[in-house]
Amino acid sequence: MRITLKIWRQAGPNTSGSMHTYQLDHVSPDESFLEMLDMLNEDLNSKGEEPIAFDSDCREGICGMCGLVINGRPHGKKGVTTCQLHMRNFKDGDEITVEPWRATAFPVIKDLVVNRSAFDRIIGAGGFISANTGSAPEAHSVPVEKKKADKAFEAAACIGCGACVAACPNASGMLFMGAKVTHLGLLPQGQPERWTRIRAMVSRHDAEGFGGCTNVGACSDACPKEIPQEMISFLNNDKRNSARH
Amino acid sequence: MTDLINGLYREGEPIQDTKAPGGPIEQRWTKRRFEAKLVNPANRRKLTVIVVGTGLAGGAACATLGEAGYNVKAFCYQDSPRRAHSIAAQGGINAAKNYKEDGDSVYRLFYDTVKGGDYRARENNVYRLAEISPNIIDQCVAQGVPFAREYGGLLDNRSFGGVQVSRTFYARGQTGQQLLIGAYQALERQVKGPDNPAGTVEMFARHEMVELVIVDGRARGIIARDMSTGEIQTHLADAVVLASGGYGNVFFLSTNAMGCNTTATWRAHRKGAYFGNPCYTQIHPTCIPVAGDQQSKLTLMSESLRNDGRIWVPKRAEDCTKDPRQIPEEDRDYYLERIYPSFGNLVPRDIASRQAKNMCDEGRGVGNELLEVGPDGTERRVRRGVYLDFVEAIQRMGKAAVEAKYGNLFDMYAEITGEDPYQTPMRIYPAVHYTMGGLWVDYDLESSIPGLFVSGEANFSDHGANRLGASALMQGLSDGYFVLPNTIRDYLASGPYPAVDSHHPAVVEAQENVKARINHFLSTGGTRSADSYHKELGQIMWEYCGMERTEPGLKTAIAKIRDLRKDFWSNVRVLGKADELNQSLEKAGRVADFLELGELMCIDALHRRESCGGHFRAESQTEDGEALRHDDEFCYVAAWEWGGENEAPILHKEPLVYEFIELKQRSYK
Repeated sequence: MRITLKIWRQAGPNTSGSMHTYQLDHVSPDESFLEMLDMLNEDLNSKGEEPIAFDSDCREGICGMCGLVINGRPHGKKGVTTCQLHMRNFKDGDEITVEPWRATAFPVIKDLVVNRSAFDRIIGAGGFISANTGSAPEAHSVPVEKKKADKAFEAAACIGCGACVAACPNASGMLFMGAKVTHLGLLPQGQPERWTRIRAMVSRHDAEGFGGCTNVGACSDACPKEIPQEMISFLNNDKRNSARH
Repeated sequence: MTDLINGLYREGEPIQDTKAPGGPIEQRWTKRRFEAKLVNPANRRKLTVIVVGTGLAGGAACATLGEAGYNVKAFCYQDSPRRAHSIAAQGGINAAKNYKEDGDSVYRLFYDTVKGGDYRARENNVYRLAEISPNIIDQCVAQGVPFAREYGGLLDNRSFGGVQVSRTFYARGQTGQQLLIGAYQALERQVKGPDNPAGTVEMFARHEMVELVIVDGRARGIIARDMSTGEIQTHLADAVVLASGGYGNVFFLSTNAMGCNTTATWRAHRKGAYFGNPCYTQIHPTCIPVAGDQQSKLTLMSESLRNDGRIWVPKRAEDCTKDPRQIPEEDRDYYLERIYPSFGNLVPRDIASRQAKNMCDEGRGVGNELLEVGPDGTERRVRRGVYLDFVEAIQRMGKAAVEAKYGNLFDMYAEITGEDPYQTPMRIYPAVHYTMGGLWVDYDLESSIPGLFVSGEANFSDHGANRLGASALMQGLSDGYFVLPNTIRDYLASGPYPAVDSHHPAVVEAQENVKARINHFLSTGGTRSADSYHKELGQIMWEYCGMERTEPGLKTAIAKIRDLRKDFWSNVRVLGKADELNQSLEKAGRVADFLELGELMCIDALHRRESCGGHFRAESQTEDGEALRHDDEFCYVAAWEWGGENEAPILHKEPLVYEFIELKQRSYK
């Protein structure tokens, strides 16, 4: 296949960037999108042009490191991460735009690479259960209703990639946060810190420059793990209830 | 020290683990914990520990040391500690809980792991691992790890390769992710930040360790490169822990993440840390086959699939191009069930992998034909794939049950291959997955450099010559939560060690070496990318030091690697600048280290003239083609000392003593 790429290039955090156009011939439909970018970089390197910086690591959709806005859509397709997107989803002659996540809370470092450390700080504010090593009771001492355990697992599937923020017109991190609050809030082990957790996480989220949720739903649609919007309802519900605790 | 052996290495004095106590094996860990010196809480504040890597072994250690009150400096090359490659482990984590009352025990887990490792692991370390395993599950459940549960609300288990009990705990096909997020959250709870100014852990994400600092014979710090800005930083401490993972990416194509590398461990090796059993690599049997020459990585399909899927190839080579659904039952060869009736599809990984290779070598592989250059230099066309079939499972359990158990794996397969595994059998082939070798450590996980500790996949200690499924997560968390925090205190109790000035000659020298290397890469003016060298190295390693190794092949590989390394240093092209995010520069540094490690792996594989576990020497096999050990000659750990630039490495043997388990020819028939 012959592909035309329009890619955002930005030399550093404090410089302005712009879209650059590249042509690539002989793209195989079996290649992944990132392998196609590897090919382009190999090509640029051989021409003496600096390769394009982009993040990726596991390349199997679980680490959450990769993330590009492809033709205006985070990760390019429903239900996958960028590394799981294959070129068979495109046609010969297609023109594809590639941009980084765009959000105040995720500043660009270079080209397509952004800084998502704000997510770590939200988890650090309260996204955990305090259980020091060695202090745990026997695992079977607390049975967990299967329905709740399964729901908690569904929430815990979040990979922290930030697609929800990139997709949201308000650049809100509420789906990310909702997933964590739901995961821990459904489990018996998560109850003692349930109300302090939500207050701390929400205030950190707001301080980092993420916007609020206005029920657009673009987040769930962009989420590679298809975390449902109801996790935000759980979050809002707990936020309201936390005032009484 | 001996003269040069085979022109490749010298042999030095034998070594021993001096830290494990004697007595009954079930009391040794308790004894060691009691004997290890204590550090009182007020003194912990005066001590600093550097931890490189934030996967299960590193993240868990950071959290635990931070909780205890030590100052911790944590480093990872990813943009967040949550992304370490432990996250990609799918199938599960073993623990001797015996919740199924199927005859499991700590002793059985110990026995299975020693046998699974083909009797090349230390009994003391493996017993401790088995002993700690139940505590890991308790700890993870308390943190909110959402393991699979039964309707009664209790934890579910499944079985895994190489064992006949159900002791594997899991969270669908995302067990590694859930365990890592548990450790990550525990770590973040300790990280100094806007909401936790008194946090004990200082987190350095997007930082790569590029050199180890040794002062007065002790590991005292690291040189790190801030990957966002290119700044070269010195970090000093009382002890250094490497939890930086394995070196499977020496093969270029593997199931490892793109960034996994040996730089931290190799830099430490060059500064005096012995490298244990570098040739022990694990080739995982169930991965998605290679599709084309642009491929950047291989994707694992969890071994748990072998619980319900059946592996087969056509009986006749002429059927290999047929639609598998059209091949009748009597024309299929369920070869693992045929050769190993008692373990069937659940034989250990090394055996399942080698048999898949054998079937394809016989011409009965399926999928696309690939052009290969064989060890003899001739070109050949081979189909590299075998079927993993769920038709019988779907009939037995129903599609919904199969989907609930394996849904995400099936989706992943469909996304990558464009085929629907509910309709047609999956095609799988072995791929490099894990490295049992790593830096040599004693019972305390301390390397041959005082004050340098190594945990998780980065060390060599627990899996011998082959790792059983669901044991990597167990080892990572055992080391990180329970072993290292208990053993490192014995070393820290003699601290704080004398303050090191940043102008100390050892620090200055390490800094200068790092800068010189970077400047070299940016100024060679060569023509080839670091990636292209990496790919070529990978092909050499896979062909000659992969699933089957021979003396002439390994010698060829060593010569080829030396030529390639020479060319790399004069002809690699790295564009961009030193003081900015520069991914080409990062790769060049990692490839440089892989090029040295690859040679040591081949030398180790060449010197070990026996087959054991994942190390299969064609010259040493039983009549029916199984690995044949030579316990009289090779029942030892090969710990390699760096011999100096362009000098031969030095082999130190640590004899393996089996006091409790009798050495046997492994049989899964």
